[in-house]
Amino acid sequence: MEFFVISLLNGLSYGLLLFMLSSGLTLIFSMMGVLNFAHASFYMVGAYIAYTLSESVGFWPALFLAPLLVGVLGAAFERYCLRRVHKFGHVPELLVTFGLSYLLLELVQLIWGRAVVPYGLPEQLQGPLFTAFGTQFPKSRSFIMLVAVLMLASVWLLLTRTRIGLVIQAALTHPDMVESLGHNVPRVFMLVFGGGAALAGLAGVVGGNTYVTDPGMAGAVGPIIFVVVVVGGMGSLAGAFLASLIIGVVQTFAVALDQSLGSALRAVGVAVTDQTFGASLLNLTVSQVAPILPYLFLVLILIFRPKGLLGTREG
Amino acid sequence: MNFAIKTLAASILLASAGGVFAQKGETVKIAMIEGLSGPFANVGQNQLKNWQFVAANMTAAENPAGVKFVIEGFDSKSSPQEALSLFKSATDQGFRYVAQGNGSNVAVPLSDAVGKFNDRNPGKEVIYMNYAAVDPALTNEKCNYWHFRLDADTSMKMEALTSFMKDRPEVKKVYLLNQNYSHGQQVAKFFKEGLARKRPDAQIVGEDLVPLGQVKDFAPYVAKIKASGADAIVTGNWGTDMTLFMKAIGDAGLKVPVYSYYGGVSGTPTALAGIPGIQVYQIAYNHSNYTGRMGDLTRQFQEKFGDDFYTFSIYNGLVLLSHAMEKAKSTDPVKVAAAMEGLKFMGFNGESEMRKSDHQMQQGMWISKWEKNTPKYNYNEEKTGYSFVPVKYLESYVASTPTSCQMKRPS
Repeated sequence: MEFFVISLLNGLSYGLLLFMLSSGLTLIFSMMGVLNFAHASFYMVGAYIAYTLSESVGFWPALFLAPLLVGVLGAAFERYCLRRVHKFGHVPELLVTFGLSYLLLELVQLIWGRAVVPYGLPEQLQGPLFTAFGTQFPKSRSFIMLVAVLMLASVWLLLTRTRIGLVIQAALTHPDMVESLGHNVPRVFMLVFGGGAALAGLAGVVGGNTYVTDPGMAGAVGPIIFVVVVVGGMGSLAGAFLASLIIGVVQTFAVALDQSLGSALRAVGVAVTDQTFGASLLNLTVSQVAPILPYLFLVLILIFRPKGLLGTREG
Repeated sequence: MNFAIKTLAASILLASAGGVFAQKGETVKIAMIEGLSGPFANVGQNQLKNWQFVAANMTAAENPAGVKFVIEGFDSKSSPQEALSLFKSATDQGFRYVAQGNGSNVAVPLSDAVGKFNDRNPGKEVIYMNYAAVDPALTNEKCNYWHFRLDADTSMKMEALTSFMKDRPEVKKVYLLNQNYSHGQQVAKFFKEGLARKRPDAQIVGEDLVPLGQVKDFAPYVAKIKASGADAIVTGNWGTDMTLFMKAIGDAGLKVPVYSYYGGVSGTPTALAGIPGIQVYQIAYNHSNYTGRMGDLTRQFQEKFGDDFYTFSIYNGLVLLSHAMEKAKSTDPVKVAAAMEGLKFMGFNGESEMRKSDHQMQQGMWISKWEKNTPKYNYNEEKTGYSFVPVKYLESYVASTPTSCQMKRPS
């Protein structure tokens, strides 16, 4: 029971972290059809900017200012770079964001160096929120969960309940019509890209001090957020939310299982020893493969349900 | 024409190099092949500065040969393939000494390549100074005459750690968490062997191998460790795998001491300082609070570069080379390699020996603990106000392990 509750909490909080990381990516993809390879880099830049700002103005102002700055950076990139490439199709768009990710990495290393920066938690977020069965649940993780849920709610409200949201959605499918109604469609796209980057930046502000702020942080989360977006269904915000939670919980519980194929076979009476063919594979425990499970998920989803869990368009 | 002049100059130099202190004043170029960009760049960059800093500051006692060491960095991006092609270009440029350390995955093929190169190019032999790769294979089944290991290998570190635990009856249940590649697997293997010999009453209550650099969230592992009832954790993790693991332990409020390999490597101290109440021990050939010569060097280094000098094996490497060159009265790698075998010299931990049978440096080991600065122990690691404070010194013979090396010496 104790272990179950703790693991469930850990799984949910990890899932919400994944959602926080991938919501901006989903937003940009669903609205613009651009698979933004530099998304994780915006996450990193957000963390670094927040680190610098929190040195001078403190963490709480940085929580608002850093995403704003990253959003401006994203919008500028869309305005002066992505828009020019847009007319050549999706592959050049993808490549230009791929290039941007390298550029941002080098830039971060030039400005802040290659070492880990001491970006610490503010006093209000240090220490445990509550203690369950003798295990503390840290405030920092709860804050990530809160931010993720707020992100989901606000993006959903913005897209479905506001005028600008309706314009954005219409601009996706009927850009010419929206334009002839007098809306500035390129500006809408710029706002969307900036907004997506700002979400990544916000994730960086809270993720950077809960985890580690170093130049490797973008590379560390890059692959997993693509898994979330693909498993959830390309461009589906709710799908990304569901996929994040599933991946978080499954991976967390898998870590606890020390059973392997070999031990399962032994349980049903098949003799498995070190000499058995493929013993090293049979003896791999579930906990050992836990970190790779999301990628297995990705492959299975692409084979059996290419549109993802809640996706609407066929891959 | 240019080549002819160079050859002429070289022959004159060689011809005049017959005197007693023939090597004196010569320049010895060392090619340091290491990841100087990419994910582990901060460590490689730091070590390059270590080499150059020690080389520039050697005293007469440390450099009896009176040679001038020049160290040049070659960026392998931590890739074995890249390292091998850089080794080739270093030999093309006339380097006779190479140094590498980070990653046994690079060290094993590099040692092999150096051996082959030397077989095929008599007269151009190269010595390989390994200052950090700790795979025991390098001085056992894969030992090579031209490879000299300055760090202590995993079997020695685990021998020292289990000897330390022998005097700690409170350690009864140990949990092993390591990275799933050769290094992490060996930490687990040698620890289990040592513990079974020295503390048969203690048990291993759990073991996890995590994929290298893939785990973002260590909380599930910490929950598992807590559920196992462990009273000690042993980990060979480094880099973000180490810092994230430590953060997760701090977050969960788990009060279990961690016995680590690489608590002091670039980046980790900064993270450790932000985790209240974490108990981290480090098993290594050094700690952060040396006094005397090494204390001066570490403090001067920090003042000059704003970075920490923790790879002390580099110091031993240069002192050893210079002593061997004095003994050989030459900088020729063939003579220097022979002179290094079994050579005893004053290293940073007192008398140290490059063992003849397998070219593994025999040296004492320190168990140190991460603690807030006190007037006595006040080295400021990564400017955190914390440092690794010595707990126990284990003499060289305690940490020494036998070797299965059948050294093939050039005839």
